[in-house]
Amino acid sequence: MKFKAKVWKVGDNINTDLILPITVFYETPEKQARMVFHANRPGWVDQMQPGDILIGGKNFGMGSSRPAARSLKNVGLSCVVAHSLNGLFYRNCINFAFPGLECPGVDQAFEEGDVAEVDFDAAIVRNVTRGVTVNGRATPPRLLDLLKAGGIYPLLEKEGLIAPKAS
Amino acid sequence: MGMTIAEKILAKKGGQAKVGPGDTVTVEVDTVILFDNNFMPSIWREILKLYDPSRIIVTLDHRVPAPNQQAAAAHATCRAFVKRFGIKRFHDIGHDQGIGHQLVADHGYALPGSVLLCSDSHTCSAGVFNCLARGVGAPDVMYAATKGTTWYRCGETIRYELIGKLPTAVTAKDAFLQIAGTHGAHATQNVEYGGPGMASLSINARKTLTTMSAELSAEFATFEADETMLAWIRERNPSAKLEPVHPDKDAKYLAVRKVDLGSLEPLVALPDTVVNNSHPVKVAAGTRIDQAYLGSCANCTLDDLELAARVVKGRRVAAGTRFIVTPASAMVYRDAVRSGAIQALVDAGAMIAPPTCGACGGGHMGVLANDEVCITSSTRNFKGRMGEPSSKVYMGSPATVAASAIRGVITDPREFLN
Repeated sequence: MKFKAKVWKVGDNINTDLILPITVFYETPEKQARMVFHANRPGWVDQMQPGDILIGGKNFGMGSSRPAARSLKNVGLSCVVAHSLNGLFYRNCINFAFPGLECPGVDQAFEEGDVAEVDFDAAIVRNVTRGVTVNGRATPPRLLDLLKAGGIYPLLEKEGLIAPKAS
Repeated sequence: MGMTIAEKILAKKGGQAKVGPGDTVTVEVDTVILFDNNFMPSIWREILKLYDPSRIIVTLDHRVPAPNQQAAAAHATCRAFVKRFGIKRFHDIGHDQGIGHQLVADHGYALPGSVLLCSDSHTCSAGVFNCLARGVGAPDVMYAATKGTTWYRCGETIRYELIGKLPTAVTAKDAFLQIAGTHGAHATQNVEYGGPGMASLSINARKTLTTMSAELSAEFATFEADETMLAWIRERNPSAKLEPVHPDKDAKYLAVRKVDLGSLEPLVALPDTVVNNSHPVKVAAGTRIDQAYLGSCANCTLDDLELAARVVKGRRVAAGTRFIVTPASAMVYRDAVRSGAIQALVDAGAMIAPPTCGACGGGHMGVLANDEVCITSSTRNFKGRMGEPSSKVYMGSPATVAASAIRGVITDPREFLN
């Protein structure tokens, strides 16, 4: 999986309440996606373009287990690359097939607006604008396969363990 | 080389001789807990086959009773699932209802050395019972419920050696705030609690530490096993087989840190984060509060309610301040009524909410308006956590929360307890 796009930058300790606010907790995934960063960067959802890349600092996605990774996927981001990803959030990146890459120091290597090239499988991130390359932590093969296959729901559906999504 | 508690349980349940930091392990899951949020239409998928219905526990806790039609629909979906698969351990509204992590304690559901899985992020609460437990995503719950396994990444372990005894008016919540304030995030790390001071902490107090460890972004939070804990489980789950897991003498920790319980004082976390944000209460003392909240899986046990009752007894909540109290389970609620704690609280003017996560997550039972200020005993104080993004949430112990409710401003509980 390879991505090339403009980056948006957020700081350290971005929590999942900011990504998926309580006000839309019971709403559809589509409605939830419209509220990403509503409290800390209102209007961002209208500024970003499909395919854009999000750069985070330490412990991105901390806090609640809510499906914040799904919101980031649905809002149109291609991936998140952070200095570190919160463990629970990381699980939901795999679960909902939203590529999340841990790349220590990536937040120091990018300014907002730079263009990034992400080779997700190889875990290599290049700042095209500044000519800097940062190496990340490759996703374990089993988890990478699961992510590429669309996450957990398609797998369970294929095995006849859950019913197809109700329309 | 030896293993820490978390490493040992991962190894045992993963069928491996040894597990260490950096390993990704697939483990057998002994217990899966589902709660109302799992049944929301945007997350729920109809399960066709369960791996083993006897391993499933279901509770309605986050928004109970149903505050709106969407929650009501989720609860109905939940009941249909329980009925379809004949789930015995179903804690619907009624005699045995409560917040999932409190029910684990009330009923001895988490066994030493076992793996307990749930998609609430405070699932690490069960680590008080020497159990491997942590929050996972809702899809992980589906996977474990239908296939019986899950995967975990093993991180380094930080060991906290508890020493001594808490002073009067100081609680495990303050001990946690001290750890969070001093050491900040423990992302990718397990925390292990033990040491001679452990014996001076009740199970409820230890549970506050493991529950709050989610706010350190810790992976697993496990306590050493002792007779007090084993007796607690035996009393509530007499047929359970207890196989405690002790760390090896040569277990390798990233750090071993002492927590001198006797040196602690009442602390508060200031708004917007719990990590690196703890201060003595006097730093925030005098801040006017609109709401004081005593609740959540972290701090609304019988001990917490009795402590708050001691603070408020014979007094009244300040005019202009709302004191909302949410016992963590129906069992705790009944015990607190019998002990007189609820009487003291309602006589003071507290509003008792039903056992629910409620105001903790900003869903219902005490949502904050623009610019309001709250002091809470619950788990989180993120921006917008309990209501409007402009509202501000301080965090303190049940004693600090109760004292602040009486004065209408953030208050050191030692004014009332000595």
